[in-house]
Amino acid sequence: MIKNIYNLGDAALYCDFGDTVNKETNLKVINYFNDIREKNITGIKNIAPSYNKLIIYFDLELTNYKKIKDTVENLNISNFEAAKTKIVKIPVCFDDEFALDLERVEKKVGLGKKEIVNQLISQKYFCYMTGFIAGMPFLGDIKEKIRLDRLETPRVKVPKGSVGITEQFCNIYTFESPGGWNIIGNSPKKVFTKDPTKLTLIDPGDEVEFFEISKKEYSKFNEQK
Amino acid sequence: MSKNSFKVLRPGINTTFQDLGRDNLYHVGLPFSGAIDKRNFLIANSLITNKEDDAVLEFAYQGPLLEFSGSQTSIVITGNVNFKIIKKDTSEIKGECYRTYNLNDKDCLDIISTEKSVYGYLSVKGGFQINKFCNSYSTTVRAEVGPNEGKKIEVGQTIILNASESSIEKSLEYLNSKIEFIRVIKGTNFDYFSEDSIKDFTSKDFIVSKLTDRMGMRLSGPKIKNLKKTNIKSEGLGKGVIQVPADGDPIVMLSDHGTIGGYPKIAVVISADYDKLAQCPPGEKIKFKIVNLTEAENLYKIYTMETKNIINKIR
Repeated sequence: MIKNIYNLGDAALYCDFGDTVNKETNLKVINYFNDIREKNITGIKNIAPSYNKLIIYFDLELTNYKKIKDTVENLNISNFEAAKTKIVKIPVCFDDEFALDLERVEKKVGLGKKEIVNQLISQKYFCYMTGFIAGMPFLGDIKEKIRLDRLETPRVKVPKGSVGITEQFCNIYTFESPGGWNIIGNSPKKVFTKDPTKLTLIDPGDEVEFFEISKKEYSKFNEQK
Repeated sequence: MSKNSFKVLRPGINTTFQDLGRDNLYHVGLPFSGAIDKRNFLIANSLITNKEDDAVLEFAYQGPLLEFSGSQTSIVITGNVNFKIIKKDTSEIKGECYRTYNLNDKDCLDIISTEKSVYGYLSVKGGFQINKFCNSYSTTVRAEVGPNEGKKIEVGQTIILNASESSIEKSLEYLNSKIEFIRVIKGTNFDYFSEDSIKDFTSKDFIVSKLTDRMGMRLSGPKIKNLKKTNIKSEGLGKGVIQVPADGDPIVMLSDHGTIGGYPKIAVVISADYDKLAQCPPGEKIKFKIVNLTEAENLYKIYTMETKNIINKIR
């Protein structure tokens, strides 16, 4: 359930589901998100789910904080099962050309390249949320052996398609963007599709699997795009 | 007969198609976008008698130089903008904002610059021949979505206009006013910051830095000291949210902001003051003042009423 509700400015409701970031908490957020969307509540303009928060933006000309808060508090949501179980397979090339922070990762976690790649591709990941840049999935949890902090100084430009890790998470940079995650590969797959009927390949609640491709396969993939 | 169009002779620094913004896509990472200065956007469409949510061209600092081709069209520019119309016979007309003009074949519209502000708007009778993406004409350059393939207007391209035979003659007496304070509501991490820093935040000047665009506005001034932690679990952001990263310089989220962020939120600009803040150019000093939610809601009512009153004065 929602632990606390605050206002974020005068046109948003900030729902806090507790401090822990795990699948259980996140599934609550996702279910609230899906339910509120389906209900088409007057005045709600946008909803941003994240690990453990849900921010609901509303139109101050049509409604206000108190009304939306009352509505959300009176929602009867009890189903916290995974809403979807779609599995998305993402090709990743780990060639040195793309693995911009491999050296740093090797040094920090004390493993060689092959082992780091194996650790990353040997399991499925849960998508906690998408955003920051369009379609960017926040996936977790990666094996403890390959966890490390963000870069001390974030990159001004992370190349499009970069696959990065930090703390318990991994992600895909769907567009060129500033960013501080440790980049160890690159995916040629278009994760943000721009198809209005299905904008993203990976949605919150989905499961994601990475598989390794060679540089040659990567180039071929690009030709197909 | 060929269609009315503009040839882009100079694109300007950041010229994009915008409307009221795109709702309901925060969860895939798309912000609202839309015209930054909503009031000037609405006035532009009202003056030219377009629909309230028709697309306009928004420009920042230096605007575009456009050559018109076709039978005739009416245009209006809003904001605080220095522009001129260069007629086919090379005579020049100095442009006034909030007044419609008719353009004839081969007339040029030279939008020279915005003055003591950032954004200006060009609305054309009948609107532009462009397509909506997910119910909106707004361009989000970073995600490459919206009209013009999600890109800024580029030199040499042709912008096709919707047909419009009628010529419009409207004007409005209006001056963009400045306000003494940018009013904010305490953010969800307000208590992360030292008492002295909160005092600085609400009493000292902050200067708009050059690192400012449609995504965000960086401020410099007294460093805001965080006593708790400089990173939070990544979570949603919104227009007007003020984050403070570890370096202590606040960043205000503007309409094209990243949808998720992990810096503590010290405050949020109230909806009524967003336009005015976003129009502050680099170098301008701003002061923040804290108000409560009820005050902010009332101020927004006043803001929308004022906008309606201004639009009602159009003759």
